[in-house]
Amino acid sequence: MTQAATTTTPGPAVSPWTEGLWRNNPALVQLLGLCPLLAVTTTFVNGFMLGLATTAVMLLTNVSISVMRAALVPVVRIPLFVLIIASLVTSIDLLTSALFYELHQTLGLFIPLIITNCSILAQAETVASRRPVGYSAASALAAGAGFLAVLVVLGSIREIFGSGTLFAGMTMILGPGAEALTVELGFDGMLIAILPPGAFFGLAALLAIRNIVTVRSARE
Amino acid sequence: MAEGRPLATLLLVAAIATAAALLVTASWEFSRERIAANERARLIASLSSVLDPSLLDRDLDPVLLTVEDETLLGTDEPVEVFVPVDGTTPLAAIFASVAPDGYNAPIELLIGIDIESGRITGVRVVGHRETPGLGDLIEIRKSAWILQFDGKSVDDPPAAAWAVTRDDGQFDSITGATVTPRAVIGAVRNTLLYFEAHRDELIARAEREAEARSEAESGSTQAPE
Repeated sequence: MTQAATTTTPGPAVSPWTEGLWRNNPALVQLLGLCPLLAVTTTFVNGFMLGLATTAVMLLTNVSISVMRAALVPVVRIPLFVLIIASLVTSIDLLTSALFYELHQTLGLFIPLIITNCSILAQAETVASRRPVGYSAASALAAGAGFLAVLVVLGSIREIFGSGTLFAGMTMILGPGAEALTVELGFDGMLIAILPPGAFFGLAALLAIRNIVTVRSARE
Repeated sequence: MAEGRPLATLLLVAAIATAAALLVTASWEFSRERIAANERARLIASLSSVLDPSLLDRDLDPVLLTVEDETLLGTDEPVEVFVPVDGTTPLAAIFASVAPDGYNAPIELLIGIDIESGRITGVRVVGHRETPGLGDLIEIRKSAWILQFDGKSVDDPPAAAWAVTRDDGQFDSITGATVTPRAVIGAVRNTLLYFEAHRDELIARAEREAEARSEAESGSTQAPE
């Protein structure tokens, strides 16, 4: 990935939004955080909620690290990043279990696994430890939104092809009234789309589309 | 920068570690009771789903027994049996049995049995790791397969018919999944066998527990833990 190299050069001119959403999208360009991405995206709702949780962790870690960046000692920075990320994720895990219990049952293991999402550590290392709070926060939101977008698109594709529905399980977020939001598409779906191969094929298709667009726009 | 000053570095690490510990403690304090309440609500909701609907208009506060039988209940761990009571009269027995021979892992079940008739009032899968789209059709939110057990008892259908249609039984097969339905059917029947063999003992134990509980409630104003 040649584009990934741009992360390490802090060029001031680039908007964090184009970086996170497109040029350095964590999932499509940096290919970080793929373990939860591939495992969770069987439905729109699962992808959406994991994306939200990941974005929240990114924002909170970036802000807290950026605030104390002057005090951070280079030799211990990685352990400190991990400590901060781990305690924030643990708190979010507990809070989702308290407030969105049913959803927590579904996402299960993958909320604690946000700790191991490398794109969060990458944000801490390349952005938050060198940039002011405002920029770090925007960068976290952008990278989180980029990750969320891929989770949602992949989750929707797999849900449509795999289960023949869309927005199933919205009740887990919005309460019992959200049953009506589920769109039944009138077919049973292909099993492979919700099994692990579907995740790899779906992500491959998204990567291919992104690469085609990049190549086209570079030619013009 | 505190580079080369070990003490300052140490203090920084200690300060951040303390802040992290405080954050996690605060979240735990905030969440602990809510999580316990959520778990309790989920338990009551899942117990309700396997009970005869006529029992649901009352306050469900079942007596909890534990029993052990590795061959019939699928696990060498103690198995929980929830017994809703009317006063001290047991109404039903809900077994948290396990089908040990699931495809990927043991399948956890809740099996409700009417205490008078010995007939099943409901079965639900509460935990499994079967293949999505195949074996997970045993889940109520994926298909109605699990409802076939309602009203069955140990002799109805006869032992030979406790199998999927493909094995000349009377329960629907699940396309693409052979192991999963066999495991569930076997576990349900085994639980019924256990219930028939220990029915009187379970009733006696539940009555004793219910009596002890009501005595404790009337004997002292303290809320039972």
